[in-house]
Amino acid sequence: MKSNLINRKIFTLLKVQYSNMLEYRVEIALWAISGIIPFFMLNIWTNNNLNESINISNVMLSRYFLCAFFVRQFSVVWVVFSFEEDSLMGKVSPYLIQPLNPFFRYFAQHLAEQITRFPFALIIAFFFFIINPESIWIPNLVIFILSILSTFLSFLIQFLIQSIVACLCFWTEKASSIERLLFIPTLFLSGLLAPVVSFPAYVKSWIYLTPFPYLIDFPANLLSGNETNIAGGLSMQILWIFLLLPLFKKIWSEGTKKYTAMGS
Amino acid sequence: MNLRKYLKVYKKFIHTSLASELEYKTNILIDLITAILSLIGSIFLLSIFFQNNGYIGGWKFEQALIIQGIYTILNGITNTWFNPNLTEIVKHIREGTLDFVLLKPIDSQFFISLKKINPSGFLEIILGFFLLFFCIRINQINLNLGFLTLSLITISCSICILYSLWFFISTTTIWFVKTWNATEVLRSFLYIGRFPLNSFSFSLRIFFSVFIPIAFITTIPSEVFLGLSQFWKIYLEVIVATLFLITSRKFWLFALKFYSSASS
Repeated sequence: MKSNLINRKIFTLLKVQYSNMLEYRVEIALWAISGIIPFFMLNIWTNNNLNESINISNVMLSRYFLCAFFVRQFSVVWVVFSFEEDSLMGKVSPYLIQPLNPFFRYFAQHLAEQITRFPFALIIAFFFFIINPESIWIPNLVIFILSILSTFLSFLIQFLIQSIVACLCFWTEKASSIERLLFIPTLFLSGLLAPVVSFPAYVKSWIYLTPFPYLIDFPANLLSGNETNIAGGLSMQILWIFLLLPLFKKIWSEGTKKYTAMGS
Repeated sequence: MNLRKYLKVYKKFIHTSLASELEYKTNILIDLITAILSLIGSIFLLSIFFQNNGYIGGWKFEQALIIQGIYTILNGITNTWFNPNLTEIVKHIREGTLDFVLLKPIDSQFFISLKKINPSGFLEIILGFFLLFFCIRINQINLNLGFLTLSLITISCSICILYSLWFFISTTTIWFVKTWNATEVLRSFLYIGRFPLNSFSFSLRIFFSVFIPIAFITTIPSEVFLGLSQFWKIYLEVIVATLFLITSRKFWLFALKFYSSASS
């Protein structure tokens, strides 16, 4: 009975958010296009033969950047911006009365957006293969499922980190600048612009202890068939989720105690 | 007479927006750290490209740093003036407040493009100048009057092109209503301005000099700094900049004919 109710809640949330997202198809298509930076980077790498020094062939590198594009498409998180707007506008109060953590609403929003985005990402990939026909490949089923899993875990890690930052809204009201600060290491260290193998040794020695390479580099390597430690990567992702989840719960319960509704 | 009126109004604009921005003082500190980290990140990325190669697209590392410096200055200008104002257009049109702007006895483009100012972008401009001065030292560029005027002309042309691009995209809001993400697409395209144009493949080079003239924005001023630039390129940049300014103005006036206010 209870699980049935939860199922229905999840289904309703997803359905509502999906129809919401479908209204802004053009916007989501544009957003998909704005993620093409990895392809510009690929162009610099192959056009200057930079990949020879790190022992990755042209084909493997182009697969890597295509996968990085895909992983990024399905792990984009913007919960802090939504939450900041809602909390500045006083929309959080009605959410708090409902018997459902408002972050489930944002979570469903993100998932719905990913579903809407999927066809646009496929179209971009299709054009990529027309330009680079030699890089077409079919990953085997196990790898494919594992990489979907690791992309989802990467999305979860980013969602948790941003939710923690979003909860800071209870104290500072403008938490999005902290998010913009955190975005910089994510951009440069996650492997979106350059694969982590190409990093100099003094960075490689500590980077695998941070969550960054597991956000894009690990899932992209997995999917593209580049060399990577599958078990190690997945367990590090799960470890980070287990570290971040209690932190989020703690800060959420502290924050809601601190929260004062508009006008009080 | 008229000019004096506009200057007076602009002073008021600066005063009000500074007063509202300085309310969030910690934000400015966080933005400073973000700007510094972002510069470190892009130099780190550049150093990865150069770790086994002496040249990229015919540019040495020290020379490519000049592009980075100019990009940082232009990005700072974007964050100070263009971004806060032109994202406001979207809001004006969605909420129907553009009516109030049009009713004012002042030029609407002036009002809409200069109303707000975001002081944290200044820090980025200062950082960019520091990097440029450092580059002038290490590249042993001797400063003289001709060089200074040429670099001033090219950089101001770049600012004009950049402004027109932003204004162009924001103006399309009158038809499409929600174009947040169109500005994101522009932002991701502008990202390639961090690298020398010659490091990209031929087709991308054509695309970024004919359709979206990002090539003009950073590469030509940097060539002026190195004394490599031919005069026809500078002439071309001046022509492109004036063309863009005039068309963006015409386009705004044209678009206003299609504006139907909130409830009509």
